[in-house]
Amino acid sequence: MGKFFAITIAIIAILSAIPIVMNYWGPPADISTHGPAIDEQMHDTMWEAGVSFLAAQLLLAFFVWQFTGRAKSDKVRNLPGGARGLVIAAFLFVGTEILALGVIGQKAWATVFFDPPGKNALTVQSQAGQFAFYFRYPGPDGKFGALHPDKIDEGNQNFFGLDPENDVDARDDIVTAELAIPINRQVNLLMHAKDVGHSFYVRELRIQQDYVPGLDLAIHFTATKTGQYEIVCTQLCGLGHYNMKAYLTVLSQEDFDKWLKDKAAQ
Amino acid sequence: MRTKQMLPALSTLLVCSSMMFAGTVSGKITYTGTPAKQKAIDMSKEPSCAKQHATPVLNETVVTGPNNALDNVVVYVSSGAPDDGQVPSQSITYTQKGCQYIPHVLAMHVDQEFEILNDDQTSHNIHPLPKVNIEWNKSQPPGTPPIKEKYDKAEFIPVKCNIHPWMHGWFVVLKTNHFDVSKDGGDFKLPDLPPGKYTITAWHEDYGTQTADVTITGSETKDVNFTFKAKAY
Repeated sequence: MGKFFAITIAIIAILSAIPIVMNYWGPPADISTHGPAIDEQMHDTMWEAGVSFLAAQLLLAFFVWQFTGRAKSDKVRNLPGGARGLVIAAFLFVGTEILALGVIGQKAWATVFFDPPGKNALTVQSQAGQFAFYFRYPGPDGKFGALHPDKIDEGNQNFFGLDPENDVDARDDIVTAELAIPINRQVNLLMHAKDVGHSFYVRELRIQQDYVPGLDLAIHFTATKTGQYEIVCTQLCGLGHYNMKAYLTVLSQEDFDKWLKDKAAQ
Repeated sequence: MRTKQMLPALSTLLVCSSMMFAGTVSGKITYTGTPAKQKAIDMSKEPSCAKQHATPVLNETVVTGPNNALDNVVVYVSSGAPDDGQVPSQSITYTQKGCQYIPHVLAMHVDQEFEILNDDQTSHNIHPLPKVNIEWNKSQPPGTPPIKEKYDKAEFIPVKCNIHPWMHGWFVVLKTNHFDVSKDGGDFKLPDLPPGKYTITAWHEDYGTQTADVTITGSETKDVNFTFKAKAY
């Protein structure tokens, strides 16, 4: 019976590790400049985790096979010198592994979060609120109008709390429910939450960043492929969370200019 | 026994006589100045609603018509006609269709029952925001039976949907049966007003309130027009 368990453990371990190590269910094709680094990091992590998992399970199967069917009177043998050394070694091994992954991966992370955006970056503000995303472009003057939370009036389409009556900068701001961006141009996305925590997740962009109430966050990225992609909220934010999404549309610079002009006219 | 039999006859007589001398106040609501442009609503996050509209739906806070007409203005008798306490028995409906509230402004009598329908293939969560009545919000997935509700105090209640932030409307609960909502070119009509002095109030969600005094003698029709000052923003 013990040998049967050992074989079962080995088979389950191998069958589970194959799709992970071989990357059977990979993410959809990447459309960003920083994506390849993230994908590589992800692949390395999964490969390492897969191999470690397999090694641990096979070792378990070996012990089950080897020591099954022992008589109850058999003496239990301890590891020579006790388990302490082994625990410390395992601790150091796993710690080093995770630290190494972090160090290798920090570059991919930094390109999105820490390095300052380029001068030519297109700045777009995004606001997450129950249960929709809204985006704001500065308009022809290149300046965003100030935000006045007390002026938020969603029924009147004032999602950001702009004050066009008194604030000239706000008059030409373009507010949309869709994030359109030009291809091959860096986008500097300013993020804030209107109410509770939300998340900005675009699989194809390899970006997942939370909106945190009270924090102004910024991420930047460059899309390299035109098309329409889904932006979904991945932070449980309430009743309509399941329905909180928007679309990212990557356009040629020409189409983007036209789109922006159409939106300004609306 | 006899008195009891007489009562219906007497009340019919009273109603008929008051109808015989029933005046009407009618008129038109207009605006001066330039109103803010009606912004297009982007419903792309809710494709089942977006596809119901061939052209983008416009925000309904200020709905205008030809010749400076202003729609969605509630006109009602605010004094002069004591409320007879008669709650209209006919059912009125407030429909969520294409991720909009239809009508945008629903006027009703205190304690009048109204039905909220969901005609969409998506869930709505209607959330009126009263200050003196009791507040509630109700989820209504597609196919849910109508929600029946009523309010027992007069109030202007903004309505929103907790799922679709652009959805917006009003419940206007009045302690009178003499009311109308201007539509199709700003027209309104308040019929069946017995002779007397009245104050007529016109309310618009963004432009505020205006009043006018009117005296009805006999079965005449009095013209009362209201002009609101438009806001550019």
